[in-house]
Amino acid sequence: MKVTIDIDKCIGAGQCVLSAPDVFDQRDEDGLVVLINPTPSAGQAADVKHAAALCPAQAIIVED
Amino acid sequence: MLSRVVIVGASAAGLTVAEALRRRGYDGKLTLIGDEPHPPYDRPPLSKQILAGTWEPDKVRLRSDAALDGLGADLLLGHAAVGLDAARRQVLVAGGAAVGYDGLVIATGVSPRRLPGTDLAGVHLLRTLDDALTLRAALLDRPKLVVAGAGFLGAEVAAVAREMGLDVTLTGLLPVPMHNLFGPRLGGLIAEMHRDHGVSLRLGIGVSRLIEAAGRVAGVELADGSVIDADLVLVAVGSNPATGWLAGSDLCLSDGVVCDSRCQAAPGIYAAGDVASSYNPQFGARMRLEHRMNATEQGIAVAGNLLGDDLPVAPVPYFWTDQYDTKIQAYGIFPPDGEFQIVSGDPVDRRFAATYGRDGVMTGVLGWNAPREVRTLRQLVVDRAPWPASSTSSPLSALMAR
Repeated sequence: MKVTIDIDKCIGAGQCVLSAPDVFDQRDEDGLVVLINPTPSAGQAADVKHAAALCPAQAIIVED
Repeated sequence: MLSRVVIVGASAAGLTVAEALRRRGYDGKLTLIGDEPHPPYDRPPLSKQILAGTWEPDKVRLRSDAALDGLGADLLLGHAAVGLDAARRQVLVAGGAAVGYDGLVIATGVSPRRLPGTDLAGVHLLRTLDDALTLRAALLDRPKLVVAGAGFLGAEVAAVAREMGLDVTLTGLLPVPMHNLFGPRLGGLIAEMHRDHGVSLRLGIGVSRLIEAAGRVAGVELADGSVIDADLVLVAVGSNPATGWLAGSDLCLSDGVVCDSRCQAAPGIYAAGDVASSYNPQFGARMRLEHRMNATEQGIAVAGNLLGDDLPVAPVPYFWTDQYDTKIQAYGIFPPDGEFQIVSGDPVDRRFAATYGRDGVMTGVLGWNAPREVRTLRQLVVDRAPWPASSTSSPLSALMAR
Protein backbone atom coordinates (compact mmCIF):
# COMPACT_ATOMS: atom_id res chain seq x y z
CA MET A 1 0.00 0.00 0.00
CA LYS A 2 1.24 3.47 -0.95
CA VAL A 3 -0.11 6.67 0.61
CA THR A 4 0.23 10.16 -0.80
CA ILE A 5 -1.16 13.50 0.37
CA ASP A 6 -2.54 16.45 -1.55
CA ILE A 7 -1.34 19.06 0.93
CA ASP A 8 -3.24 21.85 -0.90
CA LYS A 9 -6.45 20.13 0.07
CA CYS A 10 -5.55 19.31 3.68
CA ILE A 11 -7.56 21.34 6.17
CA GLY A 12 -5.87 20.02 9.31
CA ALA A 13 -8.91 18.22 10.66
CA GLY A 14 -6.73 15.51 12.16
CA GLN A 15 -9.19 12.71 11.36
CA CYS A 16 -6.34 10.73 9.86
CA VAL A 17 -4.39 10.94 13.13
CA LEU A 18 -7.41 9.67 15.05
CA SER A 19 -7.87 6.81 12.57
CA ALA A 20 -4.25 5.76 11.99
CA PRO A 21 -1.87 7.44 14.46
CA ASP A 22 1.10 5.35 13.35
CA VAL A 23 0.81 6.62 9.79
CA PHE A 24 -0.30 10.25 10.14
CA ASP A 25 0.54 13.17 12.40
CA GLN A 26 -0.25 16.90 12.36
CA ARG A 27 2.04 19.90 12.26
CA ASP A 28 1.77 21.92 15.44
CA GLU A 29 1.46 25.36 13.85
CA ASP A 30 -1.36 24.80 11.36
CA GLY A 31 -2.48 21.21 11.91
CA LEU A 32 -1.66 20.12 8.37
CA VAL A 33 -0.92 16.46 7.90
CA VAL A 34 2.51 14.92 8.29
CA LEU A 35 2.85 11.55 6.63
CA ILE A 36 4.93 9.43 9.01
CA ASN A 37 4.79 6.28 6.96
CA PRO A 38 3.98 6.42 3.23
CA THR A 39 4.06 2.63 2.92
CA PRO A 40 1.91 1.23 5.72
CA SER A 41 1.92 -2.45 6.54
CA ALA A 42 -0.91 -4.82 5.71
CA GLY A 43 -1.94 -4.63 9.36
CA GLN A 44 -2.41 -0.86 9.07
CA ALA A 45 -4.21 -0.97 5.72
CA ALA A 46 -7.77 -1.01 7.04
CA ASP A 47 -7.13 1.98 9.31
CA VAL A 48 -5.46 3.91 6.50
CA LYS A 49 -8.34 3.24 4.12
CA HIS A 50 -10.74 4.37 6.81
CA ALA A 51 -8.71 7.56 7.27
CA ALA A 52 -8.78 8.23 3.52
CA ALA A 53 -12.53 7.67 3.33
CA LEU A 54 -13.22 9.84 6.36
CA CYS A 55 -10.92 12.76 5.47
CA PRO A 56 -13.28 15.75 5.14
CA ALA A 57 -10.98 17.33 2.56
CA GLN A 58 -10.33 14.09 0.64
CA ALA A 59 -6.62 14.87 0.77
CA ILE A 60 -5.38 11.29 1.25
CA ILE A 61 -4.72 9.12 -1.79
CA VAL A 62 -4.27 5.40 -1.23
CA GLU A 63 -2.98 2.96 -3.85
CA ASP A 64 -3.06 -0.75 -3.18
CA MET B 1 -30.65 -10.29 -0.35
CA LEU B 2 -29.85 -6.80 -1.58
CA SER B 3 -29.34 -6.63 -5.34
CA ARG B 4 -30.51 -3.21 -6.55
CA VAL B 5 -29.36 -0.18 -4.56
CA VAL B 6 -30.40 3.27 -5.72
CA ILE B 7 -28.75 6.35 -4.22
CA VAL B 8 -30.43 9.68 -4.89
CA GLY B 9 -27.90 12.48 -4.57
CA ALA B 10 -24.45 12.27 -6.15
CA SER B 11 -22.54 14.53 -3.81
CA ALA B 12 -20.36 13.65 -0.80
CA ALA B 13 -22.88 11.51 1.09
CA GLY B 14 -24.19 9.62 -1.94
CA LEU B 15 -20.73 8.90 -3.31
CA THR B 16 -19.57 7.72 0.12
CA VAL B 17 -22.43 5.24 0.37
CA ALA B 18 -21.60 3.86 -3.09
CA GLU B 19 -17.92 3.46 -2.32
CA ALA B 20 -18.50 1.99 1.12
CA LEU B 21 -20.93 -0.57 -0.31
CA ARG B 22 -18.31 -1.71 -2.82
CA ARG B 23 -15.57 -1.78 -0.18
CA ARG B 24 -17.81 -4.00 1.91
CA GLY B 25 -18.19 -6.42 -1.00
CA TYR B 26 -21.65 -5.49 -2.30
CA ASP B 27 -21.58 -6.59 -5.95
CA GLY B 28 -25.18 -5.97 -6.96
CA LYS B 29 -26.58 -3.21 -9.13
CA LEU B 30 -25.81 0.33 -8.01
CA THR B 31 -27.40 3.49 -9.40
CA LEU B 32 -26.34 7.00 -8.41
CA ILE B 33 -28.78 9.73 -9.43
CA GLY B 34 -27.72 13.39 -9.27
CA ASP B 35 -29.49 16.51 -10.47
CA GLU B 36 -26.30 18.38 -11.34
CA PRO B 37 -24.43 17.68 -14.58
CA HIS B 38 -21.04 17.61 -12.85
CA PRO B 39 -19.40 14.46 -11.52
CA PRO B 40 -19.40 14.37 -7.70
CA TYR B 41 -17.57 17.34 -6.22
CA ASP B 42 -16.78 18.81 -2.85
CA ARG B 43 -18.67 21.83 -1.55
CA PRO B 44 -16.59 23.30 1.31
CA PRO B 45 -14.00 24.80 -1.09
CA LEU B 46 -16.71 26.61 -3.07
CA SER B 47 -16.94 29.47 -0.56
CA LYS B 48 -13.19 29.45 -0.02
CA GLN B 49 -10.65 28.43 -2.68
CA ILE B 50 -13.03 28.48 -5.66
CA LEU B 51 -14.45 31.88 -4.79
CA ALA B 52 -10.97 33.24 -4.11
CA GLY B 53 -9.71 31.78 -7.39
CA THR B 54 -6.83 29.92 -5.76
CA TRP B 55 -8.04 26.54 -7.10
CA GLU B 56 -8.98 25.56 -10.61
CA PRO B 57 -12.59 24.38 -10.64
CA ASP B 58 -11.51 20.83 -11.48
CA LYS B 59 -9.80 20.49 -8.11
CA VAL B 60 -13.13 20.14 -6.29
CA ARG B 61 -13.86 16.88 -8.11
CA LEU B 62 -14.11 14.09 -5.57
CA ARG B 63 -13.05 11.30 -7.95
CA SER B 64 -11.33 10.89 -11.29
CA ASP B 65 -13.21 9.39 -14.23
CA ALA B 66 -11.24 6.19 -13.73
CA ALA B 67 -12.23 5.95 -10.06
CA LEU B 68 -15.88 6.56 -10.94
CA ASP B 69 -15.72 3.89 -13.65
CA GLY B 70 -14.22 1.54 -11.09
CA LEU B 71 -17.34 1.87 -8.94
CA GLY B 72 -19.33 -0.19 -11.40
CA ALA B 73 -22.34 2.08 -10.91
CA ASP B 74 -24.87 3.61 -13.26
CA LEU B 75 -24.31 7.33 -12.90
CA LEU B 76 -27.40 9.28 -13.85
CA LEU B 77 -25.99 12.80 -13.67
CA GLY B 78 -28.07 15.80 -14.66
CA HIS B 79 -31.18 13.81 -13.76
CA ALA B 80 -33.31 15.07 -10.89
CA ALA B 81 -35.38 12.57 -8.97
CA VAL B 82 -38.95 13.85 -9.04
CA GLY B 83 -40.83 11.25 -7.06
CA LEU B 84 -40.73 8.14 -4.94
CA ASP B 85 -43.22 5.30 -5.32
CA ALA B 86 -42.40 3.32 -2.19
CA ALA B 87 -45.16 0.77 -2.83
CA ARG B 88 -43.65 -0.17 -6.20
CA ARG B 89 -40.12 0.48 -4.91
CA GLN B 90 -39.30 2.90 -7.68
CA VAL B 91 -37.60 6.28 -7.91
CA LEU B 92 -39.13 8.47 -10.60
CA VAL B 93 -36.64 10.53 -12.58
CA ALA B 94 -37.29 13.72 -14.58
CA GLY B 95 -38.07 12.76 -18.15
CA GLY B 96 -40.24 9.83 -17.09
CA ALA B 97 -37.85 7.00 -16.23
CA ALA B 98 -38.53 4.83 -13.17
CA VAL B 99 -35.61 3.13 -11.42
CA GLY B 100 -36.44 0.13 -9.24
CA TYR B 101 -34.66 -0.59 -5.99
CA ASP B 102 -34.59 -2.97 -3.09
CA GLY B 103 -32.41 -0.59 -1.07
CA LEU B 104 -32.76 3.19 -1.32
CA VAL B 105 -30.55 5.95 0.05
CA ILE B 106 -31.77 9.53 0.11
CA ALA B 107 -28.85 11.96 -0.04
CA THR B 108 -30.32 14.96 -1.82
CA GLY B 109 -28.82 17.56 0.50
CA VAL B 110 -30.29 21.02 0.86
CA SER B 111 -31.33 23.99 -1.28
CA PRO B 112 -30.56 27.56 -0.33
CA ARG B 113 -33.41 29.63 1.09
CA ARG B 114 -34.39 32.64 -0.92
CA LEU B 115 -35.57 36.13 -0.10
CA PRO B 116 -38.25 37.96 -2.06
CA GLY B 117 -36.38 39.48 -5.01
CA THR B 118 -33.74 36.77 -5.26
CA ASP B 119 -34.47 36.50 -9.00
CA LEU B 120 -33.23 40.05 -9.61
CA ALA B 121 -30.03 40.50 -11.61
CA GLY B 122 -27.12 40.96 -9.24
CA VAL B 123 -28.54 38.71 -6.54
CA HIS B 124 -26.68 35.45 -5.98
CA LEU B 125 -27.09 32.21 -4.08
CA LEU B 126 -24.22 29.84 -3.35
CA ARG B 127 -24.71 26.12 -3.23
CA THR B 128 -23.34 24.61 -6.42
CA LEU B 129 -20.07 24.80 -8.32
CA ASP B 130 -21.83 26.80 -11.04
CA ASP B 131 -23.12 29.22 -8.40
CA ALA B 132 -19.57 29.67 -7.08
CA LEU B 133 -18.07 30.30 -10.52
CA THR B 134 -20.81 32.78 -11.39
CA LEU B 135 -20.32 34.62 -8.09
CA ARG B 136 -16.55 34.63 -8.57
CA ALA B 137 -16.90 36.19 -12.01
CA ALA B 138 -19.24 38.84 -10.61
CA LEU B 139 -16.87 39.68 -7.74
CA LEU B 140 -14.10 40.34 -10.25
CA ASP B 141 -16.08 43.41 -11.40
CA ARG B 142 -15.40 44.83 -7.92
CA PRO B 143 -19.01 45.44 -6.90
CA LYS B 144 -20.11 46.86 -3.59
CA LEU B 145 -21.21 43.64 -1.92
CA VAL B 146 -23.88 43.08 0.69
CA VAL B 147 -24.02 39.62 2.22
CA ALA B 148 -27.47 38.92 3.61
CA GLY B 149 -27.04 36.28 6.27
CA ALA B 150 -24.14 35.94 8.72
CA GLY B 151 -23.99 32.17 9.16
CA PHE B 152 -21.23 29.91 7.92
CA LEU B 153 -21.57 30.75 4.26
CA GLY B 154 -22.14 34.47 4.65
CA ALA B 155 -19.15 34.88 6.96
CA GLU B 156 -16.84 32.90 4.65
CA VAL B 157 -17.90 34.82 1.55
CA ALA B 158 -17.50 38.15 3.35
CA ALA B 159 -13.93 37.13 4.25
CA VAL B 160 -13.02 36.13 0.69
CA ALA B 161 -14.54 39.30 -0.77
CA ARG B 162 -12.66 41.50 1.70
CA GLU B 163 -9.43 39.75 0.82
CA MET B 164 -10.21 40.63 -2.81
CA GLY B 165 -10.41 44.23 -1.60
CA LEU B 166 -14.14 44.72 -2.08
CA ASP B 167 -16.44 46.94 -0.07
CA VAL B 168 -18.37 44.39 2.00
CA THR B 169 -21.31 44.69 4.37
CA LEU B 170 -22.37 41.64 6.35
CA THR B 171 -25.93 41.66 7.64
CA GLY B 172 -27.76 39.16 9.79
CA LEU B 173 -30.78 38.76 11.99
CA LEU B 174 -28.79 37.65 15.04
CA PRO B 175 -26.48 39.91 17.07
CA VAL B 176 -23.23 38.19 16.04
CA PRO B 177 -22.08 36.08 13.07
CA MET B 178 -22.47 32.29 13.34
CA HIS B 179 -24.55 32.74 16.48
CA ASN B 180 -26.54 29.53 16.14
CA LEU B 181 -23.40 27.49 15.58
CA PHE B 182 -21.16 28.89 18.29
CA GLY B 183 -23.20 31.10 20.59
CA PRO B 184 -22.78 34.76 21.51
CA ARG B 185 -19.25 34.84 22.90
CA LEU B 186 -17.40 33.13 20.07
CA GLY B 187 -19.66 34.91 17.60
CA GLY B 188 -18.49 38.16 19.17
CA LEU B 189 -14.87 37.23 18.41
CA ILE B 190 -15.83 36.42 14.82
CA ALA B 191 -17.55 39.80 14.53
CA GLU B 192 -14.39 41.48 15.81
CA MET B 193 -12.27 39.61 13.28
CA HIS B 194 -14.47 40.80 10.41
CA ARG B 195 -14.49 44.36 11.72
CA ASP B 196 -10.68 44.28 11.99
CA HIS B 197 -10.55 43.24 8.35
CA GLY B 198 -12.74 46.12 7.27
CA VAL B 199 -16.13 44.47 6.88
CA SER B 200 -19.04 46.73 7.72
CA LEU B 201 -21.33 44.80 10.09
CA ARG B 202 -25.08 45.40 10.31
CA LEU B 203 -26.15 42.65 12.69
CA GLY B 204 -29.15 41.99 14.87
CA ILE B 205 -31.56 43.16 12.22
CA GLY B 206 -33.30 41.36 9.39
CA VAL B 207 -33.49 42.19 5.70
CA SER B 208 -36.97 43.36 4.77
CA ARG B 209 -36.50 43.53 1.02
CA LEU B 210 -34.12 43.81 -1.87
CA ILE B 211 -34.32 47.12 -3.72
CA GLU B 212 -34.43 47.22 -7.50
CA ALA B 213 -33.28 49.95 -9.87
CA ALA B 214 -33.13 49.66 -13.65
CA GLY B 215 -33.83 45.96 -13.61
CA ARG B 216 -31.17 44.92 -11.14
CA VAL B 217 -30.49 44.97 -7.44
CA ALA B 218 -29.45 48.32 -6.04
CA GLY B 219 -29.61 47.78 -2.32
CA VAL B 220 -30.91 45.98 0.70
CA GLU B 221 -33.55 47.45 2.97
CA LEU B 222 -33.33 46.42 6.61
CA ALA B 223 -36.21 46.00 9.02
CA ASP B 224 -35.63 49.47 10.53
CA GLY B 225 -36.11 51.05 7.11
CA SER B 226 -32.45 51.84 6.54
CA VAL B 227 -30.98 51.00 3.16
CA ILE B 228 -27.53 49.66 2.31
CA ASP B 229 -26.52 50.34 -1.28
CA ALA B 230 -25.29 47.33 -3.20
CA ASP B 231 -24.16 46.35 -6.68
CA LEU B 232 -24.25 42.71 -5.72
CA VAL B 233 -26.11 40.80 -3.01
CA LEU B 234 -25.37 37.30 -1.79
CA VAL B 235 -28.38 35.74 -0.14
CA ALA B 236 -27.01 33.32 2.46
CA VAL B 237 -29.94 32.91 4.82
CA GLY B 238 -29.69 29.17 5.36
CA SER B 239 -30.98 26.15 3.56
CA ASN B 240 -33.94 23.84 3.40
CA PRO B 241 -33.65 20.07 3.04
CA ALA B 242 -34.21 19.04 -0.58
CA THR B 243 -37.23 16.82 0.06
CA GLY B 244 -39.76 18.31 -2.36
CA TRP B 245 -39.46 15.22 -4.59
CA LEU B 246 -40.58 13.04 -1.67
CA ALA B 247 -43.96 14.75 -1.23
CA GLY B 248 -46.70 12.14 -1.13
CA SER B 249 -44.26 9.28 -0.49
CA ASP B 250 -45.50 8.53 3.06
CA LEU B 251 -42.01 9.13 4.44
CA CYS B 252 -41.99 11.33 7.50
CA LEU B 253 -40.62 14.73 6.45
CA SER B 254 -39.99 17.34 9.10
CA ASP B 255 -36.95 19.54 8.58
CA GLY B 256 -35.44 16.71 6.53
CA VAL B 257 -36.08 13.01 6.17
CA VAL B 258 -36.91 11.78 9.65
CA CYS B 259 -34.85 8.70 10.50
CA ASP B 260 -34.18 6.52 13.50
CA SER B 261 -30.74 6.11 15.06
CA ARG B 262 -29.78 3.77 12.16
CA CYS B 263 -30.48 6.56 9.64
CA GLN B 264 -33.40 4.43 8.50
CA ALA B 265 -36.51 6.29 7.31
CA ALA B 266 -38.58 3.21 6.43
CA PRO B 267 -37.79 -0.46 5.78
CA GLY B 268 -35.12 -0.52 3.07
CA ILE B 269 -34.93 3.29 2.92
CA TYR B 270 -32.12 5.27 4.52
CA ALA B 271 -30.98 8.90 4.47
CA ALA B 272 -27.50 10.37 4.77
CA GLY B 273 -25.90 13.80 4.82
CA ASP B 274 -27.49 17.25 5.04
CA VAL B 275 -30.98 15.95 4.29
CA ALA B 276 -31.10 13.36 7.09
CA SER B 277 -32.72 14.20 10.41
CA SER B 278 -31.66 11.31 12.59
CA TYR B 279 -31.62 10.50 16.27
CA ASN B 280 -28.07 10.77 17.60
CA PRO B 281 -27.75 8.60 20.74
CA GLN B 282 -24.44 10.28 21.68
CA PHE B 283 -26.33 13.50 22.40
CA GLY B 284 -29.76 12.01 23.04
CA ALA B 285 -31.25 14.31 20.42
CA ARG B 286 -32.55 14.42 16.88
CA MET B 287 -30.09 16.26 14.63
CA ARG B 288 -29.80 17.39 11.07
CA LEU B 289 -26.22 18.39 10.37
CA GLU B 290 -25.04 20.38 7.38
CA HIS B 291 -21.42 19.41 7.90
CA ARG B 292 -19.04 17.82 5.42
CA MET B 293 -17.75 15.15 7.81
CA ASN B 294 -21.26 14.10 8.70
CA ALA B 295 -21.95 13.26 5.07
CA THR B 296 -19.05 10.81 5.11
CA GLU B 297 -19.71 9.34 8.54
CA GLN B 298 -23.40 8.78 7.87
CA GLY B 299 -22.63 7.53 4.36
CA ILE B 300 -20.28 4.83 5.65
CA ALA B 301 -22.71 3.84 8.40
CA VAL B 302 -25.71 3.72 6.05
CA ALA B 303 -23.83 1.43 3.67
CA GLY B 304 -23.18 -0.88 6.62
CA ASN B 305 -26.79 -0.77 7.76
CA LEU B 306 -28.02 -1.53 4.24
CA LEU B 307 -25.85 -4.64 4.45
CA GLY B 308 -27.34 -5.64 7.79
CA ASP B 309 -25.10 -4.08 10.43
CA ASP B 310 -28.10 -2.65 12.28
CA LEU B 311 -25.88 -0.22 14.18
CA PRO B 312 -26.77 3.23 15.53
CA VAL B 313 -25.02 6.19 13.93
CA ALA B 314 -23.70 8.37 16.73
CA PRO B 315 -21.01 10.63 15.34
CA VAL B 316 -19.53 13.51 17.28
CA PRO B 317 -20.08 16.28 14.72
CA TYR B 318 -16.91 17.84 13.33
CA PHE B 319 -16.89 21.07 11.37
CA TRP B 320 -14.58 23.89 10.53
CA THR B 321 -14.48 27.28 8.91
CA ASP B 322 -11.61 29.19 7.32
CA GLN B 323 -11.87 32.98 7.39
CA TYR B 324 -8.91 35.23 6.60
CA ASP B 325 -5.97 33.43 8.22
CA THR B 326 -8.09 31.91 10.97
CA LYS B 327 -9.18 28.31 11.15
CA ILE B 328 -11.93 27.45 13.61
CA GLN B 329 -12.44 23.73 14.21
CA ALA B 330 -15.13 22.23 16.36
CA TYR B 331 -16.31 18.88 17.66
CA GLY B 332 -19.73 18.42 19.17
CA ILE B 333 -22.60 20.82 19.55
CA PHE B 334 -22.59 24.40 20.81
CA PRO B 335 -26.02 25.40 22.04
CA PRO B 336 -26.26 29.21 22.17
CA ASP B 337 -27.50 28.94 25.78
CA GLY B 338 -24.56 26.74 26.82
CA GLU B 339 -21.52 27.88 28.76
CA PHE B 340 -18.12 28.55 27.28
CA GLN B 341 -14.70 28.18 28.90
CA ILE B 342 -11.29 28.88 27.41
CA VAL B 343 -8.95 26.07 28.44
CA SER B 344 -5.73 27.00 26.69
CA GLY B 345 -4.31 30.02 24.90
CA ASP B 346 -5.89 33.45 24.64
CA PRO B 347 -8.10 35.14 22.05
CA VAL B 348 -5.71 38.10 22.14
CA ASP B 349 -3.02 35.84 20.70
CA ARG B 350 -5.46 34.51 18.09
CA ARG B 351 -4.85 30.95 19.26
CA PHE B 352 -6.95 29.24 21.90
CA ALA B 353 -9.02 26.19 22.69
CA ALA B 354 -12.38 26.25 24.43
CA THR B 355 -14.89 23.83 25.84
CA TYR B 356 -18.68 24.18 25.88
CA GLY B 357 -21.10 22.58 28.26
CA ARG B 358 -24.69 22.48 29.37
CA ASP B 359 -26.71 20.60 31.97
CA GLY B 360 -23.65 19.07 33.59
CA VAL B 361 -22.18 17.62 30.39
CA MET B 362 -19.47 18.85 28.05
CA THR B 363 -21.09 19.09 24.63
CA GLY B 364 -18.35 20.58 22.44
CA VAL B 365 -14.74 21.59 22.08
CA LEU B 366 -13.44 24.25 19.80
CA GLY B 367 -10.05 25.39 18.53
CA TRP B 368 -9.25 28.83 17.15
CA ASN B 369 -6.04 28.24 15.22
CA ALA B 370 -5.44 25.32 17.60
CA PRO B 371 -5.81 22.13 15.56
CA ARG B 372 -3.82 19.74 17.72
CA GLU B 373 -5.41 20.93 20.93
CA VAL B 374 -8.93 20.48 19.61
CA ARG B 375 -8.20 16.98 18.34
CA THR B 376 -6.88 16.03 21.78
CA LEU B 377 -9.89 17.57 23.53
CA ARG B 378 -12.35 15.71 21.29
CA GLN B 379 -12.26 12.65 23.54
CA LEU B 380 -13.92 14.66 26.32
CA VAL B 381 -17.00 15.10 24.12
CA VAL B 382 -16.99 11.42 23.19
CA ASP B 383 -16.83 10.57 26.91
CA ARG B 384 -19.57 13.08 27.83
CA ALA B 385 -17.20 14.56 30.40
CA PRO B 386 -18.76 16.30 33.40
CA TRP B 387 -19.36 20.03 33.12
CA PRO B 388 -18.01 22.34 34.35
CA ALA B 389 -14.70 20.59 33.88
CA SER B 390 -12.29 20.86 36.77
CA SER B 391 -8.90 21.93 35.52
CA THR B 392 -7.05 19.93 38.17
CA SER B 393 -8.90 16.64 38.38
CA SER B 394 -10.37 16.31 34.92
CA PRO B 395 -8.68 14.56 32.03
CA LEU B 396 -8.37 18.05 30.64
CA SER B 397 -5.05 18.90 32.26
CA ALA B 398 -3.60 15.53 31.37
CA LEU B 399 -4.77 15.86 27.80
CA MET B 400 -3.44 19.38 27.46
CA ALA B 401 -0.11 18.46 29.02
CA ARG B 402 0.60 15.80 26.41
